Amino acid sequence: MTSATAISAESLVKNFGTNRALDGVEFSAREGRVLGLLGPNGAGKTTAVRILTTLLRPDAGSASVAGHDVLTEPHAVRRSIGLSGQYAAVDENLTGRENLYMVGRLYGMNRPDARRRAGELLDGFQLGEAGDRIAKGYSGGMRRRLDLAGALVARPPVVMLDEPTTGLDPRGRMDTWRLIAELVDDGTTVLLTTQYLEEADALADTIAVIDHGRVIANGTSNELKSLVGGERLELVVDEATELDTAAEVLAGIGSDTPRVDAQSRRLQVVVNDGSKSLIEAVRRLGDSGIEVHDVGLHRPTLDDAFLSLTGKPTEVSGNGGTTDVAEPEGAATAERAEWGGRQ
Amino acid sequence: MTVVPPSLRDSSVVAWRNLLNIKRNPDWLLSGTVQPIMFVLLFAFVFGGSLGGGRYREFLIAGIFVQTVAFNSSFTVIGLTNDLQKGIVDRFRALPMSRVAVLLGRTSSDLAVSLLSVVIMSLCGLLIGWRLRGDPTDVLTGYLVLLLFSFAMSWVGAFIGLISRTVEVAQSAGLLWLFPVTFISSVFVSAESMPTPLRVFARWNPITVNADALRELFGNPIRVGMPPPSSWPAEHAVPYAVGSSLVIIAVFVPLSVARYRRVASR
Repeated sequence: MTSATAISAESLVKNFGTNRALDGVEFSAREGRVLGLLGPNGAGKTTAVRILTTLLRPDAGSASVAGHDVLTEPHAVRRSIGLSGQYAAVDENLTGRENLYMVGRLYGMNRPDARRRAGELLDGFQLGEAGDRIAKGYSGGMRRRLDLAGALVARPPVVMLDEPTTGLDPRGRMDTWRLIAELVDDGTTVLLTTQYLEEADALADTIAVIDHGRVIANGTSNELKSLVGGERLELVVDEATELDTAAEVLAGIGSDTPRVDAQSRRLQVVVNDGSKSLIEAVRRLGDSGIEVHDVGLHRPTLDDAFLSLTGKPTEVSGNGGTTDVAEPEGAATAERAEWGGRQ
Repeated sequence: MTVVPPSLRDSSVVAWRNLLNIKRNPDWLLSGTVQPIMFVLLFAFVFGGSLGGGRYREFLIAGIFVQTVAFNSSFTVIGLTNDLQKGIVDRFRALPMSRVAVLLGRTSSDLAVSLLSVVIMSLCGLLIGWRLRGDPTDVLTGYLVLLLFSFAMSWVGAFIGLISRTVEVAQSAGLLWLFPVTFISSVFVSAESMPTPLRVFARWNPITVNADALRELFGNPIRVGMPPPSSWPAEHAVPYAVGSSLVIIAVFVPLSVARYRRVASR
C-alpha cells in the first residue's frame, strides 16, 4: 500500500500571518494516477503544491513524495519531481532550447544528454521550429508548453502541475489535456490543481475538493459527479412573484427541489435527462402561463459543486470550510460515508 | 552546503544563463559602462580644475574604480529580485541543484560585468592622462584586489536582494546605502580633511582602503595638495583591503545562503 502511494499529505497546516492557508489538508495519490486538487482561488491549492515541492515548510503535518519526506529528504524529493507553475517560470531571454538545456544541466545531466533531451522535448511539444527563438516572442500557449516540458526534462516519476491551463485559450487547453493524458500513459504520477470542475473530471482519477484550506470532499470523478448531480436547468422569470408558482410547477422534474433566488428572479434545478427535461419544463411553464425571460441547461460548475457540497456558493462560504457536507437528494448513504467532510 | 563539484557546476550553469540574459539585453549594461565613464569625466574635469588638474585626475581614477565596482553590487540586487519575482528562483529551488548555486552563479556573472566596467574605465582613464606606473606584478595585484572587492560587494547585494520585500524596495535599498559609503571615503578627496566622525569612518572604510591600495599598486600619487593619509589602515592598505573583502565574503555568504533557504517567492 505504502509502496504504491506516490504523493501523500497528512494534516498539513500552513499559516501566513493570521491567514490560515492550509487547515489540516489530507490527500494522497497512488503511483501512475492523476490526483486533482479542485478549488477556487485562495483555497490553498498552490500552498499545498509549494509544500510538496519543498518550496515551503508546513507549520504542522507531514507530506511525502515518491517515498521521500519533504521535510527530512528535500533533495531526494526534488530529484523525483517536475514542477510546472501557475505562472510559467520560463526565462524569457533564453531560447526554448536553452531553457530546457539549463534545466537538464541543473538536474545533473551532462552536456550531450541535456542537449539531446532538450531536442526531444521541443519536438514532442511542437516547439521544434521555435526552439531556437527567444521565449519572449512565444505565445501564451507556447510558453506553457515550454514550462510543462521543463517539468519533464529528467523524466521524473511525479509531476506537479499548478493550474496548467489557467489563461490558455480553448485550443491550448485541449493540447495541454492531451499532453497530460500522454504523461499518465507513461506511468507518471500527476498532481494537478485546477479551478475547473470540467478539467478535474477530464483528467483526474481522484479529486480532492479544497476550500478554505480544507479538503471538503474526496473521491473519484464519478463519485463527485453523482454527488454534484447532472446538468442544471436554469431559468429567469419575468415577474418575481411567479417564482414560487414556477417552483411548484417544476417540482419533481429533476433530482432535487428547485432552488429559487428572488433577487435575480432565477430558478435552478438539477435534472437527469437534459434536453427532455428542458422541453418538459418549457411545456409545463407554458401551460401555467408563466412568462420566462431566459431558460437553458448548463453543466455543473465549480460553484455548483460547492453549492452541493457546502450548501453555499463559493463566494460566501466564509466559515473556514468546517461545514458539514450537505447531502444532495438522491445521493446514496454509502457515498455520503465516502464523501464525508473531513473534520 | 553540498560538496564542491556539483555546486560549482550548477553555479556555472546559472552564471551562463545570467550572461546570456545580459547578452540579449545589452541595455542592462548601460549603468555598468556609461556611469563610470560619466563619473570619470565629471569629477576629472568639473572638480579636477580646482583640485589639482592632471595630478588630481590620476588620483581620482583608482577611487572611481572602487566606487564603480561598489555600485555594481546593485546589479546583484536587481538581478536576484527580478528572478525571485518572475518565479525563476522557484523553478531553481524545486530542482535538485546546489543551494548556493543561484547566488554564486549571480555573483560570478556580476563579477564578469564588473570586469567589463573596469576595462572600460581603464581605457577611459588612459585617455584622460591616467597612467599605470607600478611594476606589472603590482598592477596585476591591484586589479585582483579590485575584483575581489567587487565580488565581496556583490554578496552584500545578494543579501539585500533577498531581504527586500519588493523589487522597488530592493532597487532603492541596493543603491541608497552606497552614496554615503562611497562618498565618505578617499575616493574623491583625502579622508584627512573631513570632520572627526567622518574621518574616523572614512579611514576604516574598506572603500577608502581599496582606493588607497590601488593607488599604491598602480603607482599613482596619493598626495595632490591634500593631507596625506595617516592611519593604520592607510599604512597597511593592501593587506587591509584584501582582509576586509575576505571578511565581507565570510559574513555575507552564509547570511545570504541562510536567507535563500527560507525566502519565499514574492
